[in-house]
Amino acid sequence: MPADIGSHGAHAARPDELSGQAAPQRLAQAALRDLPWEVGVAKPDPAIVVDGVTRTFGGLTAVSVDHLEIQRGGITGLIGPNGAGKTTLFNLLTGFDQPNTGTWSFDGRPLGKLSPHQVARLGVVRTFQLTKALSRLTVLQNMLLGAQGQRGESFARALLPGTWRAQEKANTERAMELLRRFKLDAKKDDFAGILSGGQRKLLEMARALMSEPKVVMLDEPMAGVNPALTQSLLGHVKDLREEGMTVIFVEHDMDVVRDISDWVVVMAAGQVIAEGPPESISQNKAVVDAYLGAHHDAPLTVEDEDRMLAEDEAALAEERRGRHSADTTDGKRTTR
Amino acid sequence: MSELINAFAIAGKAALGFQAIFFALLAIGINVHFGYTGLLNFGQIAFAMLGGFGIAISVSQWGLPFWVGVLVGVAAAVVLALLLGLPTLRLRADYLAIVTIATAEGLRLVFRSVSATPVTGGTRGLSAFNRDFIDLAPWDTGRRYDILGTSWSGGELWVAAVGWLLVILFSLLVWQLMRSPWGRVLKAIREDEDAVRALGKNVYAYKLQALVLGGVFGAFGGMVYAVNTGSANPDQYQNPNTFLAYAALILGGAARVLGPVIGSMLLLFILQFADTGLRALISNGVIPDELLTSTDVAQIRFVLVGLGLILLLVFRPQGIFGDRREVMLDAR
Ligand SMILES: Nc1ncnc2c1ncn2[C@@H]1O[C@H](COP(=O)(O)OP(=O)(O)OP(=O)(O)O)[C@@H](O)[C@H]1O
Ligand SMILES: [Mg+2]
Repeated sequence: MPADIGSHGAHAARPDELSGQAAPQRLAQAALRDLPWEVGVAKPDPAIVVDGVTRTFGGLTAVSVDHLEIQRGGITGLIGPNGAGKTTLFNLLTGFDQPNTGTWSFDGRPLGKLSPHQVARLGVVRTFQLTKALSRLTVLQNMLLGAQGQRGESFARALLPGTWRAQEKANTERAMELLRRFKLDAKKDDFAGILSGGQRKLLEMARALMSEPKVVMLDEPMAGVNPALTQSLLGHVKDLREEGMTVIFVEHDMDVVRDISDWVVVMAAGQVIAEGPPESISQNKAVVDAYLGAHHDAPLTVEDEDRMLAEDEAALAEERRGRHSADTTDGKRTTR
Repeated sequence: MSELINAFAIAGKAALGFQAIFFALLAIGINVHFGYTGLLNFGQIAFAMLGGFGIAISVSQWGLPFWVGVLVGVAAAVVLALLLGLPTLRLRADYLAIVTIATAEGLRLVFRSVSATPVTGGTRGLSAFNRDFIDLAPWDTGRRYDILGTSWSGGELWVAAVGWLLVILFSLLVWQLMRSPWGRVLKAIREDEDAVRALGKNVYAYKLQALVLGGVFGAFGGMVYAVNTGSANPDQYQNPNTFLAYAALILGGAARVLGPVIGSMLLLFILQFADTGLRALISNGVIPDELLTSTDVAQIRFVLVGLGLILLLVFRPQGIFGDRREVMLDAR
């Protein structure tokens, strides 16, 4: 995908890609290509629309979003410095927290009055930044819990295994399929509590997918996952888009964001300060100012980063050499 | 030697008698609450009291048939569970704990108060409500029966038979429920309710259902107690019983179907064995009077149970039936 971004100019409209033959992942990207890079810009086919949502904790305004639309079937990256309000926005959108003001809707249906489980049943499912593996359930049980519309989850029918056994079997098969995709199938009978931190992230994501959501909101899904697995996770996330899901994810790693997002929303101090396709973000003055804050001159690309690292190391080596010579003359001072 | 065998037989009777059934039923309920769902109900005895008095008041005061009394007891337990759960189950876990412990004590004080005396019999309680039930016994309840060196009255045997039938029935019910998707949701709520919410389950409704179910089990425990003793007195239903039931549950192993049952039998066995054994040792002069008199025994046996529990938690924290791997997960 990054190659595609490079080959078409940001604003070079390619109408042929909007036709039915285009691969699904290009649809969202192509649909978003002509949009101006403005905060609050209207999307052609929004799945989620947020209007005037504010949330304050005492004197602190954690979230204050005037207008935000999330394109259906696309991958939207939500970035911002620590404490920008990303997790709080997720909490608000999924009913885990109540805003002071504002409305938001999914598929035109207001979600403001709904509790978390009702939001989830509509197909908006989130994961948590602090992973919530259900420790004393096995990995497979964790997965099965994600399945929706289970007949055996009603008290009366629970007593009549005949009414739910077939469904349970089908769910188990689907769960195993997902577990294989996430390389957890060998652990299916282990308690989720013994999984490593990264494996828990994977399990939580797989469990969310088990509910066949329409919108998945992933809060730092790659945090603590090793680079090789991150690559395959990114592949999974792209697959979700392929399947027509809308993905919103929070991520601090800019390379990841650039790699998979169709659209990036930048938050700082509770507000959306910029949005646009990934390549627009690193050029945005407001983002550089707010997101990078004090590290104004910090590297933005891997190449930059490598170059600066090399420079730093060179400088350090230089310094050491200098100190070493000082040591030999001084005789008493020791190097650290 | 014969005294030891005697103490063994008496303790064995206690492990099979109505008190063991009483604690087993309380603990099966607590197992649903605490073991499977993670709810802290510290007032299980209140449900038992409503069960016992449901029968007692219906039969002795209102002249209703015994079986209607059972229904009244169950209905009262359901109502209490809803009253306790509706306002607190949306809040953090500790709210339910506080409200249940206060309610259990408060309700007992109300039942024994002067103004409630016309209904509950106050501190004297109610009696003569178990005739219809005892008469159903297929054997002569007028005489005593010798079983393995202990003597049982016919009525006692009948209550124990029906009581254990209830214990088996409820254990099967719990077993079936906990291997169903419904039980899976409960266990998941115990682990992390927000995760369960995020997966589209109505956590509040499930917690209410669990509270009601476990409360009804507790009510049956109170019924067994009242029917066996033939009287219902508010002071029989003191809250330490709730904690003994917790002890039984932990002894047997929480979140295991048989944990509360075996735990209760063991608890009663140890209590009775310590009691009879210590008394025998004191009257023999093996334990000198200066160290322990027979009047201390009633208290000392609880100390022994406490020591036993401490040792258990050190060496076998999962209880008798628990899964050690499961308990050790918390250490991570
Ligand atoms: N329950 C709460 N009570 C008080 N303040 C809160 C609460 N939740 C969040 N905040 C504050 O709101 C702000 C936004 O927090 P939030 O967790 O949304 O940040 P974030 O963008 O997810 O950051 P990170 O990238 O570090 O996860 C922070 O300043 C935080 O301290
Ligand atoms: Mg966060």
